[in-house]
Amino acid sequence: MSTLPLPRLQHMIGSGLVAAVGVSVCYISYTQQPSEAFLFPRLIATIFVVLALWTFIKACLRWTKVGNGISMTQFKNLAPGLIVALIYIFWAVKGLGFYTATTIAFFILLSLYDPAPHTAVKSWVKRVITTACFMAAMYGLFALLLKVYTPREIFF
Amino acid sequence: MEFIYYFGDVFTPINFGLLLLGTIGGLILGATPGLSPTMAVALLIPFTFQLEAAQGLILLGAAYTSTVAGGAVSAILLKIPGAPANIATTLDGHQMALNGEGAKALQLSFLSSAVGGVFGVLLLIFLTPVLAQWALAFGPSHLFWLAILGVTVIGSLDSSSVVKGLLSGCIGLWLATIGFDDIMGAQRFIFHSSLGGGINIIAALIGLFAIPQVITMFAKGRKNDGAEAIQVQKHPINGAATEVLRNKRALGIGTLTGSIIGLIPGVGGQIAGLVAYDQSKKFSPDSNKFGTGHPEGLIAAESANNAMVGPSLVPLLTLSIPGSPTAAVLLGGLLIHGIFPGTDLFDNHPDVAWTFINSMLIGQVLMCIFGLYVAGMAARVAQVPQSMMAAIVLGLAVFGSYSVQSSMGDVYVMASLGVMMYFLERFGFSAAPLVLGLILGPIAESNFIQGSMIASATDGLAPYFFGGPLNIFLIAIVVLSIVYSAYMELRSRRYTSKEEILA
Repeated sequence: MSTLPLPRLQHMIGSGLVAAVGVSVCYISYTQQPSEAFLFPRLIATIFVVLALWTFIKACLRWTKVGNGISMTQFKNLAPGLIVALIYIFWAVKGLGFYTATTIAFFILLSLYDPAPHTAVKSWVKRVITTACFMAAMYGLFALLLKVYTPREIFF
Repeated sequence: MEFIYYFGDVFTPINFGLLLLGTIGGLILGATPGLSPTMAVALLIPFTFQLEAAQGLILLGAAYTSTVAGGAVSAILLKIPGAPANIATTLDGHQMALNGEGAKALQLSFLSSAVGGVFGVLLLIFLTPVLAQWALAFGPSHLFWLAILGVTVIGSLDSSSVVKGLLSGCIGLWLATIGFDDIMGAQRFIFHSSLGGGINIIAALIGLFAIPQVITMFAKGRKNDGAEAIQVQKHPINGAATEVLRNKRALGIGTLTGSIIGLIPGVGGQIAGLVAYDQSKKFSPDSNKFGTGHPEGLIAAESANNAMVGPSLVPLLTLSIPGSPTAAVLLGGLLIHGIFPGTDLFDNHPDVAWTFINSMLIGQVLMCIFGLYVAGMAARVAQVPQSMMAAIVLGLAVFGSYSVQSSMGDVYVMASLGVMMYFLERFGFSAAPLVLGLILGPIAESNFIQGSMIASATDGLAPYFFGGPLNIFLIAIVVLSIVYSAYMELRSRRYTSKEEILA
């Protein structure tokens, strides 16, 4: 058996997941009550599941062009940033407060992806100043000027 | 000529200030690679909550207009299109900059953008009221088919794969049904407490457009973008204006092509610029000079992508069908102020409609004036590192989605949809039809339910939804758009090598 190119395998997994969602949506639409409330969802779910299964079958039979997929290098590049972003969104904003969490996330992301060398003191100073300037602008605009409520737990 | 009565409203201090802010900010945002007009407008929506409807729309409209034009700065000086609409601009624009004509290229770009843009907005002014009156003849069945048409046209024309485009539209329509049913009050697909009130459109828009861009920037890693702006020499504006007027053919082709393409729902500025460039090349006696830094190519591309802006709002303001993904975001901006496009907009809120449209006309002129002077500064902004841009956009996305209803649930929905969209995009799915499905879903459903009730009291479901010339006409366009796109996809695949398919 020949090995599948990475985008092709990823495409099969991706379209399989979409098809699974389609089947679930279709099942829920046709089994939940009151049926009048699910009239439109049934119509949509039927088309959804047909198209999703068609995409999955095409992926399995290699009948379809696929997108670029994600290479291992891209995955390694995006993984740290994505993890920081998810921790920031799903925990830190609520737990630490918007401005504290944003300051920390901004600084970490800037440090992770800044092409400047990590060994140079100058680049760290630049990152700290950039973070401070950005947060001062955010706080000035949102909290002082627009007076928009944001999650505040500690410090602010 | 009703629009003239509302012209003065554009010049109130707040309105004009917002117009200036949107124009200058849009030029700078547009020049920043990675910040598309759609994403810029989506991120700006939360800032309009505290504004009146007309004021909010002025800000969003100005940002839409000038981000498209501002994208030319990085296209010309960095060879990185600020927006997909500026792809054709790089072909001759960057070459002109390399030839030492950077300033001239920028001036030509803003002047031709303004000419195309003004023509496009004039079309919007004169076509919209006529079409809005025509929309009065639409009943629930027609409105249902129109909503479906909006999703299918964008789904089939805006995606590399028709099936995936339509599937994206279906996912959007399904997402729109999440929450409590309006008639029975039944719970539908509420898998988590965050979804109790349904999916908030603004949070979804921010997630679907901003988060995939942030992750794309992460995926590039720590590498330096290597984009170095070409320094521009001074060039007299009069000379550039004379050059634009001398190239009437390219200007005319660009303006007309952009206007026509803008009227077709789902066909964006990227296509307008490329088609105008191609047509201008075909009709030019100097076609061999295209690609070597020829002003005609630049003028055609830039006049087309801005001429598209006004007409892309015609189907939105009359029939609730956005002509482009950015127009879909603007629809979200209208809906949060409780304003529905169509006759409601022009009969009940003419001040909002005309002040907004007039501001776009004035905005084109301001965009040109500021573009000519801000271009140098915008070029520096365009060199902002991707790492900083990703962190800024992430912070703004969280703030924007939270501020809609002060709910962390909206932030979770925004992030979940954004991450999902990034992975879907990697496999040929598209955000535009998904967004359209999400926005047009409630319109489709309410008209489907109303139509079903009328149908059960009269002739039955099939004659009501499939009978009558207007229903048949709309269904025919739905089918034609799908068949045409499928045909084009098959034709392009015939020329795709086996290696490409397997890769």
